[in-house]
Amino acid sequence: MAAIKVAGLRKSYGPVEAVKGISFEVAEGEVFALLGPNGAGKTTTVEILEGYRRRDAGSVSVLGMDPEGGGSRLRERIGIVLQECGFEELLTVGEIVKRQAGYYPSPRPVEEVIDLVGLADKVSARVRTLSGGQRRRLDLALALVGGPDLIFLDEPTTGFDPAARRNAWDLVKGLGSLGKTVLLTTHYMDEAQYLADRVAVIASGRVVAEGDPKSIGGRDSGTAFIRFALPDGLVLSTLPVAAKLDGDIVVIETAEPTRMLHALTGWALERGLEFQGLTVTRPSLEDVYLELVGK
Amino acid sequence: MSRSGLLLRQVAYEQKLYWRSPSSAVFTFAFPLLLLVIFATLNQTENIRSLGGVRCNQYYVPAIVAFGVISACYTNLAIALCFRRDSGVLKRIRGTPLPPWVFMGGTIGSSLVVSILLVGLTTAVGVLCYGVTFPGRWGALLLTLIIGAFCFCGLGLAMTTVISTATASPAIVNGVLFPLLFISGTFYPVTPASILGKIASVFPIRYFEQAMFAAFDPRVTGSGIEPGPLLVMFAWGLGAVVVAVRRFRWEPRRS
Repeated sequence: MAAIKVAGLRKSYGPVEAVKGISFEVAEGEVFALLGPNGAGKTTTVEILEGYRRRDAGSVSVLGMDPEGGGSRLRERIGIVLQECGFEELLTVGEIVKRQAGYYPSPRPVEEVIDLVGLADKVSARVRTLSGGQRRRLDLALALVGGPDLIFLDEPTTGFDPAARRNAWDLVKGLGSLGKTVLLTTHYMDEAQYLADRVAVIASGRVVAEGDPKSIGGRDSGTAFIRFALPDGLVLSTLPVAAKLDGDIVVIETAEPTRMLHALTGWALERGLEFQGLTVTRPSLEDVYLELVGK
Repeated sequence: MSRSGLLLRQVAYEQKLYWRSPSSAVFTFAFPLLLLVIFATLNQTENIRSLGGVRCNQYYVPAIVAFGVISACYTNLAIALCFRRDSGVLKRIRGTPLPPWVFMGGTIGSSLVVSILLVGLTTAVGVLCYGVTFPGRWGALLLTLIIGAFCFCGLGLAMTTVISTATASPAIVNGVLFPLLFISGTFYPVTPASILGKIASVFPIRYFEQAMFAAFDPRVTGSGIEPGPLLVMFAWGLGAVVVAVRRFRWEPRRS
C-alpha cells in the first residue's frame, strides 16, 4: 500500500507557480527522496503533504488521509523535521522532548529517543547551549518521539560538516531499517544516493525523472565512457574505433561498453600495447542530475 | 492524556518559559511593581481634587494593579508570540497533534497566573506600604481581574496578526499601549469630558481602570462591581478573540 500518493499537484504563490503538476507515490517502508535545486518546489510539496499549505489543484493522500482535513488524526502518525525551525531555547532537551511526547497518544519512551539520536549526555542542558548538529538531532528526536509511521525530513543535513552529515545519514538509515516510511528532500546527490530507495528529481516545479538512484536517467544502461592514455607513438586515427581526445586522454563514448572494450583490448593485445589508466565509467548521479535540471 | 490534563501541563511549561526568560520576567513582571513604588512614593501625601479629594495612592494602586494585568496579558503575549512565531516555534507546534486551542489556552492560562500574582503583590504593597484601603471586595476584584485578563489576552493575540516581524513587536505593542495608558488616566486622572478623555472612552483601558478603582474605593457602598465598564471590556475582548481566531499566523512571514 502507498503511504503517500500525489497526483497532478499544483501550487502558486501569487503569480509564481511553484509546483506545476507533480505526481509520485511512496510505498510503505520506503525511503524516498525529492532531489532538486533550491527553488524547485521541494519544500512547497512537502509542506502541502504535512498539512501546512493548501494546494491549488491535484489530489494528495497521506496515510490514506487528505492532509488539508487530516488535523490531529494525521499529525498523530507523522513526524516532521522542518527545514529551519527554532526551539524554545530556555527549556532543556529532556523537557522539550517530554513535552512533545505528551502530545501523542502512544509516544515512544523519552529517554530511549534521546539516546537514539545521541543526546543522552545533553538531557539536562538548555536547548540554547546546543551546537548546530545537536539541534538537528533534537529536531529528529522531536519528530520520532510520537512513534510516527511516516517521517518528513526537509533538507536534514544542509549546512553540516562532513562528520555531522555522516552521523545524520546513519540515523536516517536506521529509520529505514525500523520499517518507517521516510520522505526526504535534498539537493545533495550523494545524500539521495546513499539514503534513498527511490528518487524523484524535481526541477522548476516538475518531476523530470524518477526511479532507483542507481539507474535513474538511464545511468545503468545509457552511454558509458571508456578512457585511457593515448599510447606513445600512436595517433587517434590508428585506433580501430571512433574516439575523441581530451588532452592526452582518449575518450570513447559508447552504448555497448562490453563489445567496445573487447574490440579495443583485442586490438591492443595483438600489438603488445598496454592502455595506461584504463577506466569504464557510467555518468554519475551528479552528471544525470545536472543534465536533468538543465544546468 | 485528557484535554484538561494537557491544558494544565501546557500552562506549567509556559510558566517555566516565562520565569526563565529575563525579558518577560523583568519587563512584564517587575516593571509594574517598579512603577507602583515610584509613583506611590512620589505622591504619598497628595490628594486628587477632581476625584473629591481622594488620596493619590488610593487612585494609583488600583490603576497600577490594572496595568499589571495589561502587562502580563497584552504586552507579554503579543511580544512573546511574535518572537516564537518568527523563530519557527509556533510552526513546529502546529505540526504536532496538539489542538491549537490547547496551545492558546496554555499561553492564556499562564498569563492569568502571572496576572493573579501581580494583582496580589501590587495590592499587598499598596495596602501594607502606602496605606491604601482595600475594603475586601474580593468579588469585584476577581471579576474585574478575570474580565480584564480575557480582554487583554484577546487584544495581545489579535495584535500579533498585524505585526509582521518580531523585532518590530516591542515598539508596536508599547507604542500603542503607552499613549492609551496616559490618556486613560493610569498615571494621572484625566477628566472624561476633555478631548483626551473622550478619545480614551473608545478604548478598554479607561474602563478597566474605572472598574478596578471602584473595587478599591472606600466611599463606594455595595459590591463595587461596575457592570457598564466590565461589559465594554468584555465586548473588546470578544472582538479581539474573533480577529485572533480568524487571522492568527503560525508561521513567519515568507520572505
